[in-house]
Amino acid sequence: MAQELDSPAILYIDLHLVHEVTSPQAFTGLRERGLKVRRPDKTVATADHSTPTHDLSLPIADEIAARQIRQLEANCRDFGIQLYDMSHPDRGIVHVIGPELGLTQPGMTIVCGDSHTSTHGAFGALAFGIGTSEVEHVLATQCLLQRQPKTCEVRLDGRLSPYLTAKDIILALIAKIGIGGGTGHVFEYTGMAIRSLKMEERMTVCNMTIEAGARAGLVAPDETTFEYLAGREFAPRGAHWERAMTGWRELTTDEGAVYDQTITMDVSTLEPMITFGTNPGMGMKITGRIPDPDHLPDANDKLALTKALTYMKLRPGEKLLGQPVDVVFIGSCTNGRLSDLRDAARVLKGRTVAPGVRVLVVPGSGAVKRQAESEGLDRLFKEAGAEWREAGCSMCIAMNGDQLKPGQYAVSTSNRNFEGRQGKGGRTFLASPLTAAAAAITGQISDVRMVMA
Amino acid sequence: MTQFTTLSSQVVSLPINDVDTDQIIPARFLKATDKSGMGDHLFADWRYTSDGSPEVDFILNKPEARGAQILLAGNNFGCGSSREHAIWALTGFGFRAVISTSFADIFRNNALKNGLIPIAVDLETHHDLFDLFAEIPDAELTIDLATQTVRLPDDRRVSFPIDSFSRHCLLRGVDELGYILGFEKQIGEFEARLVDY
Repeated sequence: MAQELDSPAILYIDLHLVHEVTSPQAFTGLRERGLKVRRPDKTVATADHSTPTHDLSLPIADEIAARQIRQLEANCRDFGIQLYDMSHPDRGIVHVIGPELGLTQPGMTIVCGDSHTSTHGAFGALAFGIGTSEVEHVLATQCLLQRQPKTCEVRLDGRLSPYLTAKDIILALIAKIGIGGGTGHVFEYTGMAIRSLKMEERMTVCNMTIEAGARAGLVAPDETTFEYLAGREFAPRGAHWERAMTGWRELTTDEGAVYDQTITMDVSTLEPMITFGTNPGMGMKITGRIPDPDHLPDANDKLALTKALTYMKLRPGEKLLGQPVDVVFIGSCTNGRLSDLRDAARVLKGRTVAPGVRVLVVPGSGAVKRQAESEGLDRLFKEAGAEWREAGCSMCIAMNGDQLKPGQYAVSTSNRNFEGRQGKGGRTFLASPLTAAAAAITGQISDVRMVMA
Repeated sequence: MTQFTTLSSQVVSLPINDVDTDQIIPARFLKATDKSGMGDHLFADWRYTSDGSPEVDFILNKPEARGAQILLAGNNFGCGSSREHAIWALTGFGFRAVISTSFADIFRNNALKNGLIPIAVDLETHHDLFDLFAEIPDAELTIDLATQTVRLPDDRRVSFPIDSFSRHCLLRGVDELGYILGFEKQIGEFEARLVDY
């Protein structure tokens, strides 16, 4: 929008998504300065992180969480912001409802006080996470100070084999380039493999782009994008749709575009991926063996892997296949959409959860829940022995009571396996919904291709 | 914004790579609606045992950590979640600068907005610093933001990058929101030109 010499650009924000955890201190800042929200019409809020996923008609047991949610309600009321509150049928995880409602559109700038805002890049929007200070800036001015990032093309060639998913692509990419591999960059995904993915799958890839250190990941919009958007509540209609399409069709990758860096990956040779350590870059093929710290040349890397394996209580050189698990979590902004639940259902259909394993299936939004129920997926999950919950972030961030007990092992479709992420002392293996469901029925880490053979 | 000019302080060494913001402040402490008190929960799961007593071996619980305002950490510090609570926990504990070889983008942004200086040094300097504090735990570093240098006890000076706008804001205590609000007229003109589908 504007830029002074030696200063960052002032970037105008088209859509500001707000949730309960990273916004209270920003609203306090506005009140202290006597400022209004500049564009409440470009601001949308929901509560997702600290919300319970059991019966929502009951009062929230955690008083501190309840206070935070009430605070969001009061802030939205006072500043005139549309809130998808606890009783709204379309509430849910902010990165699931934005696209679902058609709020997320190509060419937009989108921010949210949440690192997984990168999800919305799947629509060819520039979308990235910000801190609470910046949330306050955007609330007050609809603008953000921004330095131009470096660019990185991630070209995904080839075609996925059966039982391979978008989650396996992004886990393989992060394992390849490391969790700091994308720092300072925005990724643009190109190539046949990304083109052949559906919107929900593209969202999974963009969602975890932040786990490679890149703040944002983009996919140029195409017919798949437009088809997804058409008819959604906040998508343009009639003549407005035609006008929007004219603009959106121009958002293609420039012929001969030059990037600061290019990474290529052939997805046709991928195998189902799983993480073994305590960051999303510590991933491997499900048939692989846990790497040995002694084989690493760098002393710091050696130390990091040793620390991770000590926390995970795993031994180098061993396979993860056959590793017993206590919990399976299917959900989150990474893999909590309808196609993810259908994937899990495909494996669980006609089978039962292994004895002693707790399986949580948590839809990403109220709409996902309704659609899944209309297809009978809830019955299928419950008959298999899984818990069918209300929408929210749930065990991905363990702020709402859904959490691992110390020492437990979980296969999780979420995005982070950091120490304690899913509950203090809990140990997380990140994987696709197919791989998670395979673990649910076998009670151990399993190759879904074998389970389904 | 919190002003920052120079700082001379002892250093806490945390030779761990890829410290994520979930370790800096676990999510269960994010239910607060204000910024205060976060320092007590800094590195909570490493700092306290399961019964809440201090983990004696953890560096922040050792006498040499008392009063130190500079954290020397492993590579790629602050990755993961965008939570600014991680910065409030670090500054709440008393840190005013973190030294690493690189910082996650959102963490760096958040830090600069709270007067916490992210100092990226090359690998060799990084190793030297860890060696230095292993040998002389109570050695001091001096950070001079105006010249973008860190002075070591042997008088060696190491420069670090920081964008000129952030440096200016930190040196003068300029409020970034105030700066953007100064563009009110241009923002209004820009909005008038926006095409509404």
